[in-house]
Amino acid sequence: MSVTILSVETSCDETAAAVLVDGTTVKANIISSQVDVHRKFGGVVPEVASRKHLELINHVIREALDEAGINFDRLDAVAVTYGPGLVGALLVGVAAAKAIAFGLDIPLIGVNHLEGHVSANFLSEPEPAFPVICLVVSGGHTDLVLISGFGQYELLGATRDDAAGEAFDKVARVLGLGYPGGPLIDELAASGDDTAVPLPRSYLAEGSLDFSFSGLKTAVINYLHRAEQKGLPINKADVAASFRRAAVDVLVDKTLFAARHHQTGTIMLAGGVAANQLLRREMACRAAREGKRVVYPPPLLCTDNAAMIGCAAYHKYMRGDFAPLTLNAIPNLPLGQDRY
Amino acid sequence: MVIIKTLSAAETGGLGSILGGLLQAGDVITLNGELGSGKTCFAAGVAKGLGIIERVTSPTFNLINEYDGKLPLYHLDVYRLASPEELEDLGFEEYFYGSGITMVEWAELVEQYLPAERLDIFIEKQQGDDNLRILRIIPRGVRYNKLVEELMQRVCAGH
Repeated sequence: MSVTILSVETSCDETAAAVLVDGTTVKANIISSQVDVHRKFGGVVPEVASRKHLELINHVIREALDEAGINFDRLDAVAVTYGPGLVGALLVGVAAAKAIAFGLDIPLIGVNHLEGHVSANFLSEPEPAFPVICLVVSGGHTDLVLISGFGQYELLGATRDDAAGEAFDKVARVLGLGYPGGPLIDELAASGDDTAVPLPRSYLAEGSLDFSFSGLKTAVINYLHRAEQKGLPINKADVAASFRRAAVDVLVDKTLFAARHHQTGTIMLAGGVAANQLLRREMACRAAREGKRVVYPPPLLCTDNAAMIGCAAYHKYMRGDFAPLTLNAIPNLPLGQDRY
Repeated sequence: MVIIKTLSAAETGGLGSILGGLLQAGDVITLNGELGSGKTCFAAGVAKGLGIIERVTSPTFNLINEYDGKLPLYHLDVYRLASPEELEDLGFEEYFYGSGITMVEWAELVEQYLPAERLDIFIEKQQGDDNLRILRIIPRGVRYNKLVEELMQRVCAGH
């Protein structure tokens, strides 16, 4: 018998809902926000608020069910992101999922947002050879996660200041490139010399799996200011290429170090920055030299979405790991430590 | 207004930590300065001074990060808001007029929503020295005059 799960994700900007069958077949994957809309607002995201989620949530859920061609009565469970994230935003999804679970008398499944990102890989790789190292890299996260099995996560390292994706967005802004920063830097960097601008790589202490991107961001800003003061010409492509190279070097080095240390044969990428061309190429190329393989989700499943939440939820469903109807939003929920 | 120079990121964080130790429930601090000036670095110091063990990271993406210390700390970053009005959608009153401590990065973008009484901090980089920072600390209201006095006593006493 198959298992149909409706999943909801509202932890930050995106209002999203998905329908998955047996954890791998995505019947619907609806994401409300469009990058085109963001561009109109001059590089910032308008859908930040819980009020916006509230306006959209019912439509998004309805659309997910319609696209899947089912009604509420076909659902076996409902899943929702309950942290980490913005509390007001999370609460909208949590309240909607609880209402559906209560109304239909079906199990409620609480999912950690990071567990969702990691699980996006399980959609195309349903039976990975554990243990696996996963680099979750996005606007809000830069995390190295050791996955020993479904639901068994250990956070090995994280950013101490800015997330990698945030550094991409902010450098894109000071270069006057617009939003979203990642793809624009990627595009521009392709024609630049990545050795033209000397930029620092922050590795922190020996063996540390933590990241720091604030210093790199500031170094780019300082370089641009100095060039401006001296009236020197700035080659934006060179700056973009040098910055991207510095960021990717650290991400790849630390991920490979973790994979070696924990003797994993597979490396997974997740999060919006996992769509970065150089990161994918470098990681795959250097991992291959060590006999390791690299997998990553398609771009639509890298950024925030509900299908990844549904995939994580399926494995919880199979374990019988259900949340009570008292489930609450937890803005600073740590990975691997469910609180319900 | 007082002006303090710091010579490194560690010193900027250290100053934040001294301030954090002096804060009371309901205090509101704004942090202003360009990208890379050290706002989050200062905020991480304040958190440390409040006894928060969790790592304080940039709130730019999440908009609001919450921490539990001796007092709850709400770390807001309004850099990403499309318009000041969006602060209303975020339920800002609960933070500004609640029982925790609120720190707001890029506060100048939401000037009209800030409480009249608060501590404004402006961080500036100096030309020619990548590590030097000038912090202008401006108290607004009686509570904050006293806070800055206490802060300067600690800074001058060397801790």
